[in-house]
Amino acid sequence: MTDQLTRRELLQRAAAGSAVLTLPGLLAACGGTSKAGAGSTTSHKLAKTLHFSNWTLYIDKKGNRHPSLDQFQKQFGVHVDYTEDINDNASFFSKIQPALSSGQSTGRDLIVMTDNSRYPSLLIKKGWAEKLDKSAIPNIKNLIPQQQHPNWDPNRDYSLPWQSGMTGIGYNEQLTEPVLSMGELLGNKKLKGKVGLLSEFADTLALVMAANGDDPSKVTDQTFNRAIATIKKAVNSGQVRQFYGNDYSGALAKGDLVATMAWSGDIVQLQADNKHLKWNLPDTGGDIWTDNMLIPKGGNVYTASVYMNFVYEPKIAAEIEDYVNYICPVTGAKQALEKIDPSVANNTLIFPTKKMLDNVHIIDATALNNEKYQTAWQNLISA
Amino acid sequence: MGFLHRHRGLTPYLLLAPGMLWLSIFFLVPLGFLAYQSLQSGSIDFGYAFTWAWGNYWDAIRSYRGQFERSILYAGIATVLALVLSYPVAYWIAFRGGRWKNLLLLFIVAPFFVTYLIRTLAWETILSDNGLVVRTLDHLHLLGVLGSNGRVLSTATAVVAGITYNFLPFMALPLYVSLEQIDQSLIEAAQDLYASKWKAFLRVTLPLSLPGVVAGTLLTFIPAAGDFINAQLLGSPKNHMIGNVIESKYKELLDYPAAASMSFVLMATILAAVLIYARAVGTEKLTG
Repeated sequence: MTDQLTRRELLQRAAAGSAVLTLPGLLAACGGTSKAGAGSTTSHKLAKTLHFSNWTLYIDKKGNRHPSLDQFQKQFGVHVDYTEDINDNASFFSKIQPALSSGQSTGRDLIVMTDNSRYPSLLIKKGWAEKLDKSAIPNIKNLIPQQQHPNWDPNRDYSLPWQSGMTGIGYNEQLTEPVLSMGELLGNKKLKGKVGLLSEFADTLALVMAANGDDPSKVTDQTFNRAIATIKKAVNSGQVRQFYGNDYSGALAKGDLVATMAWSGDIVQLQADNKHLKWNLPDTGGDIWTDNMLIPKGGNVYTASVYMNFVYEPKIAAEIEDYVNYICPVTGAKQALEKIDPSVANNTLIFPTKKMLDNVHIIDATALNNEKYQTAWQNLISA
Repeated sequence: MGFLHRHRGLTPYLLLAPGMLWLSIFFLVPLGFLAYQSLQSGSIDFGYAFTWAWGNYWDAIRSYRGQFERSILYAGIATVLALVLSYPVAYWIAFRGGRWKNLLLLFIVAPFFVTYLIRTLAWETILSDNGLVVRTLDHLHLLGVLGSNGRVLSTATAVVAGITYNFLPFMALPLYVSLEQIDQSLIEAAQDLYASKWKAFLRVTLPLSLPGVVAGTLLTFIPAAGDFINAQLLGSPKNHMIGNVIESKYKELLDYPAAASMSFVLMATILAAVLIYARAVGTEKLTG
């Protein structure tokens, strides 16, 4: 039933149902049939358990424990039920979508989704994300300036970054000369059949558009079609072997791929086994994406907000970063990390230089939700 | 007791009830919902509504004919390969297996103890560009025939090989069962009547094993036609099957009506293929 309900309508009805946005108001907005709000409340009382769904290998770990979660439990008495059940945005969304669209709780208080997929903005647009309780998140001041106003959530009312990463070109220096541009990746005949692109729409599109001299943060029909034509040409010539998700890493390690579009954090982890793997932003620029914490409808807003505040403490952020090796969105984490692990603090894939950050684009969020573009893309990658 | 005694005619229906209930809850109801969904139109942003959108079916057939044909082709080749590979094996186990029968059957089923995904991923390593298979094919000058661009992985060959491997036990086990039931004395009788070994096989063994062949081909072909894992992991974009398109429609594009209508088209295609096949070999072979 909420399928037909825009967020504005939802908020209007909620406001009509009650002066403040409280549980009865929300239930009225949903027709009152759901148990969705059971855990959802604006009261400032912590729940006993926080149900947190995250991607794999995305938090600090010691043996079977997650020290930062233990610390949270010690400090606030809230047990964190931590599940690594997110493997890719689309699959995870299709897992929670049936519950959300029928107004039921997903059983989760906190989830993490990537802003270069369509899903975070879709969750907000459909009223399937709860508003953060900012009174419980004073540490929001530590959010790095570049991340404060994404166009799909301009005031960070619904989301806070967990980690970011960059998309660039990875290659094996034993098997090829350095591959430093998209032109070379898609055109160098010596790499024929040994090149990988990413099946993630935003990543491949952003890098190809930048290489075409177009602006990935403002996608138009013309620039989109030009990018699709460029990619199609490379696919038809046999240059491109396959479109990959996370699985490009295995192919790169085995030598089936010589050069591929790749995510910065993956390469940090792969380099531990093979120091000949290199990663660079293409000369025309890479792209940056961010995984965002969101509270799905029915989640416990206050408890999730308190947790967000906790991880925005620079010291805690540094502890998590020391293990995760992606890009940390918390100001002061680098300084805190210099004390515990200077090699990580000085790795430019984890704390990129200003020059690198100036050379990355953020993909146009409206293009991500454009049905026409999405269909053209899916038809291209499963021709 | 008294009730059943008086209404004896009801007994078979009562016995059937649990199965029928199971089928209607877990098959018919979802199928009905899928049919309903396949006739909806709209978008995820504004919601889907039921509008008798028969155009979804037309779009599915028109836009993705290539993938439908490819699915039937790959599944067909894989089914024939599986039959050719497993018939001699099943024959040998049934007639010559002796006391090792059970162990040999276990070997056929053994790969199934590992999950589907891992089994398929293993083929990525087996067929890797620098692996033994590709190097051997290269030495034998077969790489140009079986592979393309000097590789086997990410080609149609790899996809068909993966499907054949993954569905082989579905072929081998029914074959074994039907061969094992054949009365040996019938073959002896044929030879007594001056049939050569080969002729006895053609006139006695093969016809008697046909129910196994039919069951095996159906059990292999039907799931293989809808498979998407093999094409996704072992193929290139040019080898994607209709299952891949349905998956991307459902998961990436959130276009549920398109995914639902394509599922129905696939179902109809498979049903048609099976009917033609059943007609050709004779339906009585289905049941023996």
